[in-house]
Amino acid sequence: MNIAGRAHCFGDDINTDYIIASKYKTASLDPRDLARHLMEDIDPGFGQRVRQGDILVAGKNFGCGSSREGAPLVIKAAGIGVVVAPSFARIFFRNAINIGLPVFICDTSAISTGDDLEFDLEAGTGRNRSTGALIEAAPLPRVMINIVRDGGLAAHIRKHKTFQVV
Amino acid sequence: MAGKTISETILSAKSKSDARAGDIVVAALDLTYSHDGNRPLAMDLLTSMGTDKVWDPARYILFLDHHPSPNALSAAAHTKLRDFAIQQGVRLYEMGDGISHVILPERGHIAPGDLVIGSDSHSCTGGALAAFTTGVGSTDMAAAMATGQLWMRVPETILVRCSGVLPRGVAAKDLALAIAGRIGADGANYMAIEFAGSAIDALSMDGRFTLTNLAIEMGAKAGLIGTDAVTEAWLDGRLTRPWAHLTADADAVYARIVDIDASTLTPRIALPHNVDNVVAIEDLPRTRVHQVVIGTCNAARESDLAEAARILKGKRIAPGVRLIVTPSSRDTMVASMQSGVLATLVQAGAVIATPGCSGCAGGCHFAVPDVGENVLSTANRNFKGRLGNAESFIYLASPATAAASALTGWITDPREEFRA
Repeated sequence: MNIAGRAHCFGDDINTDYIIASKYKTASLDPRDLARHLMEDIDPGFGQRVRQGDILVAGKNFGCGSSREGAPLVIKAAGIGVVVAPSFARIFFRNAINIGLPVFICDTSAISTGDDLEFDLEAGTGRNRSTGALIEAAPLPRVMINIVRDGGLAAHIRKHKTFQVV
Repeated sequence: MAGKTISETILSAKSKSDARAGDIVVAALDLTYSHDGNRPLAMDLLTSMGTDKVWDPARYILFLDHHPSPNALSAAAHTKLRDFAIQQGVRLYEMGDGISHVILPERGHIAPGDLVIGSDSHSCTGGALAAFTTGVGSTDMAAAMATGQLWMRVPETILVRCSGVLPRGVAAKDLALAIAGRIGADGANYMAIEFAGSAIDALSMDGRFTLTNLAIEMGAKAGLIGTDAVTEAWLDGRLTRPWAHLTADADAVYARIVDIDASTLTPRIALPHNVDNVVAIEDLPRTRVHQVVIGTCNAARESDLAEAARILKGKRIAPGVRLIVTPSSRDTMVASMQSGVLATLVQAGAVIATPGCSGCAGGCHFAVPDVGENVLSTANRNFKGRLGNAESFIYLASPATAAASALTGWITDPREEFRA
């Protein structure tokens, strides 16, 4: 699966309240309604500026905080093609894989907002087309690859009735 | 073979394998639980897993703790949870019963050695009973409801050794914040933390829950404390099924050991907007407080409220300060009424709120601070906007520091209250 798009860079420890503020949790049940509030408390207007296929780039521990699955769902609903960070908080990481939001673990220190990035998610490789730099991803555990290939956790469980870890 | 950490021991038993840090296992769950706070609701995803039945209704519990119906959407969600509980035959704790993470141990739903998941990040709280309890999202929860299982990576463990004993006026919350400051917001990501040492041995169960509750703020999957006589005394009369003591093996292998001397600790404050942004209270510049919250699943148990009442007894909070007290459960509230603690707090100027999460997640639509205001809270999160206003500032502290600060209107060292 190949994804190419424009980078939007954020810092370390972006928590789930920043991704989508708690006050909107009961405002709507549709992630598409909430997408315009994406990152609102730390980058007002981001939810309106972001375009289909854009790439969200962050520092370490992306998605820390709450277990709310609304966080990856709203990112996906905003049209973000992949979230790229050197590390993800554990619950967010599982949630993203489960709902089919692609994540890519790699060093992001040399990526700037506006850079033109491309990724081959299957191969775990990427390239910064603006700088020419090559990017390599840390591999996912087998069970996560299986979940991604099945199209998310629901499809995975329907198919196997359990978790396929090998 | 080397010995096992508490996590390895539990995940070995639940996966029927020799589980070691780094292994991926599929483990059988003893208990699963969800609340009304997150969307999508796990129950709405259950049918997508190819079933419409919870695998074992006795092992799934629902809680209405986040939103005491602030609007019609919340009310509709509550109706849905209630209907689901009846239809599936699962237990539901109503609004006002309190916070899931507090009720579960209090009402004997968690035993040492259990494997438990909740669809909330602070599900790590139950680890103070030497159970492996952790948070997941709604889709993982729905898969667990369908299968009774979850895949997990067996975590490496950080051992936090707390020597000495906490000085008077320094609470479990101060120790927890000091540890968070040392480990950092992601220092334990994908890992478990075990808390041990003489300072932990001396802690009440209330204090131990405060500690394990904060494990997620260091990125940890679980925060665990081995069982001892304190655990046993606390479980007596609560837990009706048989249970066995559980501690880490003496030769367990740890990824890292962090040593903390509790006897030299002073009260700690987490500054806005990160939990690991921790300073000693004596290093904090004079800081005005507009609103004080004693509540949430971190530190609003019976002894926390009693500590606040001890400081506030016969006094009145400073003009211009709001003090909001949210007992963490109905049992906490009743006990605090019977002991006179709530009367003391109300006389001192406190507002008593519905037992539940209010005063933490901004979606609760309660006690939202104004632009530019400072809130001092016994909560576990001070993220920007957490209380519903991104232009306010949240400081985290112990119940004693919260009470002392409500009296003065400034963030105040509670040890001054002990000098009398």
